[in-house]
Amino acid sequence: MIGFKRLAAVLATLALTAVACGAQQSGSQATKTDPGVTQDTITLGATYPVSGTASFYYSVAKGAGAYFEYINNEKGGVNGRKIKYIVVDDAYTPANTPAKARELVQQDKVFLTYGNLGTPTNLAVRDYYNQQKVPQLFVFTGSSVWGADYSKYPWTLGWQPDYVTEGKIYARYITQSEASDKIGVLYQNDQYGKDYLNGLRAGLGDKAAAMITDTATYNANDPVDMSSQVNKLKASGANTFYVAATPAYAANAVTNAVKNGWKPKIYMNNVSGASATWRGVVKGLGASAGVDGMISSTYLKDPLDTAKWGNNAGVKLFRDVMTRYGNGCDPSGADSFCISGMASAFTMVNLLRQAGNDLTRKHVMDLACCALNETDNPLLLPGTVVKTTKTDHFPVQQEQLQRWEQDHWVPFGPVLDARKK
Amino acid sequence: MLLAASVIQSFAQQVVSGVAAGAIYASLALALVLIYRAMDVANFAQGEMAMFATFVAYTLITQFHLPYLLAFVLTILLAFAGGVIVERAVVRPFEGAPVLTLVIVTLALFSIVNGLAGLIWGYVFKTFDSPFPARSIQVAGVFVGIQDLGVIAVTLVVLAVVFSFFRYTRLGLAMRAAALYPESSRLLGVRTSRMLALGWGLAAAVGAVSGMMVAPIVFLDPNMMQPVLLFAFAAAVLGGIESPVGSVIGGVIVGVLLALVGTYLPGGQNLRIPFGLIVIVAVLLFRPAGLLGRREMKRV
Amino acid sequence: MTATGALNSSRLRASTIFPALVALVVLFGIPLTTDSFQTFQFANVAVFVVAVLGLNLLTGYSGQISLGNGAFMAIGGYTTALLVARLGVPYALTIPLGGLLAAAAGVVIGIPALRLRGIYLALATFALALAVTPVLNNFDSFTGGHAGVNMNPAAPPFGLDLSNEQWLYFLCWAVAAILFLPARLLIGSRTGRAWMAIRDGETAATANGISISFYKTLAFGISAFYAGVAGSLQAVVLTYINPDSYSLALSLSLLIGAVVGGLGSVWGPVLGGLVVVWLPYLAERAAGLHLGPLSFGGKPDIGFGILLLVLMYFAPAGLAGLAARAWRRYRRLRRGSGGQADGESETVEPEPVATAERQVEPDQMST
Repeated sequence: MIGFKRLAAVLATLALTAVACGAQQSGSQATKTDPGVTQDTITLGATYPVSGTASFYYSVAKGAGAYFEYINNEKGGVNGRKIKYIVVDDAYTPANTPAKARELVQQDKVFLTYGNLGTPTNLAVRDYYNQQKVPQLFVFTGSSVWGADYSKYPWTLGWQPDYVTEGKIYARYITQSEASDKIGVLYQNDQYGKDYLNGLRAGLGDKAAAMITDTATYNANDPVDMSSQVNKLKASGANTFYVAATPAYAANAVTNAVKNGWKPKIYMNNVSGASATWRGVVKGLGASAGVDGMISSTYLKDPLDTAKWGNNAGVKLFRDVMTRYGNGCDPSGADSFCISGMASAFTMVNLLRQAGNDLTRKHVMDLACCALNETDNPLLLPGTVVKTTKTDHFPVQQEQLQRWEQDHWVPFGPVLDARKK
Repeated sequence: MLLAASVIQSFAQQVVSGVAAGAIYASLALALVLIYRAMDVANFAQGEMAMFATFVAYTLITQFHLPYLLAFVLTILLAFAGGVIVERAVVRPFEGAPVLTLVIVTLALFSIVNGLAGLIWGYVFKTFDSPFPARSIQVAGVFVGIQDLGVIAVTLVVLAVVFSFFRYTRLGLAMRAAALYPESSRLLGVRTSRMLALGWGLAAAVGAVSGMMVAPIVFLDPNMMQPVLLFAFAAAVLGGIESPVGSVIGGVIVGVLLALVGTYLPGGQNLRIPFGLIVIVAVLLFRPAGLLGRREMKRV
Repeated sequence: MTATGALNSSRLRASTIFPALVALVVLFGIPLTTDSFQTFQFANVAVFVVAVLGLNLLTGYSGQISLGNGAFMAIGGYTTALLVARLGVPYALTIPLGGLLAAAAGVVIGIPALRLRGIYLALATFALALAVTPVLNNFDSFTGGHAGVNMNPAAPPFGLDLSNEQWLYFLCWAVAAILFLPARLLIGSRTGRAWMAIRDGETAATANGISISFYKTLAFGISAFYAGVAGSLQAVVLTYINPDSYSLALSLSLLIGAVVGGLGSVWGPVLGGLVVVWLPYLAERAAGLHLGPLSFGGKPDIGFGILLLVLMYFAPAGLAGLAARAWRRYRRLRRGSGGQADGESETVEPEPVATAERQVEPDQMST
């Protein structure tokens, strides 16, 4: 009993001391240099679904990381500083991301976050990053909110062409081509799918109600069986199939359409555009007839199309980088997420170079939001300009339509610029 | 007239597609039933074990260039062995433990198997070929995929094998006895623990078949069986969680109901998983033994 | 009062006051000595402690397995988020409301659950956990669907000089402390004894005149209340929720937290909360954050699963059980080998639940 009392006294003293010391630590510390930048390193951070059902998106981080390593090892880094890329796992669950964001900012003391993946996961921490004035740069999602909400959230920026714009591009093409009057839409029941549907509707204008015969949805973790959705759309008399679904569901939907004798014109969203996916579908179907003519869009070069891009310097660079630093990314380009990862990493490196020695978060953000003008991205389609201005906060806005032929995509038409409405 | 015909045709098409999907749920449900018969436990890791076996098959086909049939058979044997090893290493230490412990054990197993698959093969989707051609035949205007017929056929064959095994073989009888009356069986010389290992091996083998049927439809990746698991449970519960035949019937019913609910109920497409919940709860409340299960008396 | 009784009461004081004092010191020390990330994490710990307190009552004491308490957290979370974001209700008011709504749902679910036992209840609640996200997604005109609900961060009131994270920390731990007491009292009360009787043998309990339906449903309702409050708190902490926030993983981490912490023990939930929040972080750091083909992906899952198995084998009563065993051994050593018989009853703390014993019960087969 006596020992117990003594112990309690010791603990109380310790506690008071801790409180006294700790109280001085509360509150923000004014710093002269932004955290995450030293003489020889710049630390970038990101949250990704490294585990869980969305973990196939992790390839984006792998592609980006491979490019950073290439820059570090063969280009002397960025203005003499090596890039350290810290990727933490939020399992695509927005309940996990706030803690991870604080981990990156407070513990890993990252200079900025780059390429965070997912719409709800980024929404969950948008307030935090903006309050902390930590850039939430080039988030990897096709939602349009990042550019649209820029004035309220000036520290957040997207990169890839957004889904709504892509939907409008398809709508425009549909109205210009013949025999595509009746559209059946399959979309994932979340913002990604709805953005595509809304883009289509917006692009069709007042013809939308007449042209869209029926819609069908599914939830992200449903069994991959789109047969009832496909049957429903087929029964509605549609002769065009607009698919806003992720790769597994999209492939299943198209396979089901072919197997059920439905021969619509197919429009495939870019997220599920990877050649590897459709080669697999063609193989499973035994013939490419059902998939030939499917239309999608792309903003990237396709290394799998060796006939077209085999000698392209940018694609060669991709292959080199993935071979040497690939982290598991296939140099042939079978995993399209590796490609987009490297493409956006190129922009990131360019941006850091542009910032020179004024490596403050504010300066980098000012450049990113309003002064990007990159014309030499190795993996974006030729002629693409990664551009932001004071009024335009959507960096990549150019896409090209492509048509599936047997085992690869054939781009056609001009590279469309969504900026020119 | 024409409208009615097309409505009927559309309905029939949904039913046919539903049966095909149901065969998938049935094939995994069979494995679940086998484990449950052996030890009264719902194996939450069954789908992951099936997935792992499918990856093994994938490796055999793509890396060792074995022909499909050989890889198929080899995978089943390897899966059987794997199931036995899992039972010995992971389940046996917890023999006699309360239900909750066993639930946690199977959840831990889920984690381990899923992580192992991700570590070895990564999370990028892979294509896995079906042994059946992808054509369809038309029956009265309704398209029936040959692949789907193949899945149904394989499921029925597996069911027949399992059923005959339990009904007509000595070993099967011994397994049933060991599960129902462990004490008496032991007294009669049945090696009950060996029966348990056999049960797990069998379940793993059946699960492997299920995985290899599923993989061509969805892509092969470590998470591919998770959406199937809930409906496999629903099928098993509906059919009678101790009845292999029941689980297949349950699977078909679940598949068809899902297709119909998805088509004819407004918003039904988004409520598949909640529908699975409803099936499970409704059956457990109103007819816990399922369609073909025995009505159990609780001995006081 | 016998000599043993007197010894018991002073031991009661020691065994309850000592840890309580340590806890208080640590609780106040943390937010003032750690960075805002760690403070934020500890705030999350408190959220999980509240939820696991409830689950502990349901599964640990009344013996009903629930793999679906995340659904009740979702009710609490959405109650708070919708009221705060859409109607401007002060968040503090929404917390008890979230709990009450969840409790109502708990009672509603508890009633059919009466007829389910053991593995069947586990299956049904498993399905419930899976159903939460699609349901929330589907009724999007009400819940905001996949776009989620965003709230303004909770600022410290009365102009206190605290960071947001520190305020959240104190808020959550205050709620946890307040809710800890009723849980503790319930355990020691007649209700707690009724629960344990039901858990250890329903037939015998009925024979003793205990109303199974009443107590089991009560357990569901109360555990749902706790989960609802936890969900409300979590929404306040996270400021943004959407259907993906309430995945199966959430319900499973509650159960695992309860089991690892120690089912049927008083302090288990605290240990459980700590493990649920900190273990994934430690596992990620241990596995290394380097990109690479074999990096990270998969390793924490494997490690986590193995850890769980090892724990269930060696410490089925959870970390609290381990601690209790160590404490008992320590005291036995202190008393010396020639001391009193160990026949005196252990602390007033109820025994860890039957998960600790591995019995083959005759009626196990007929569940």
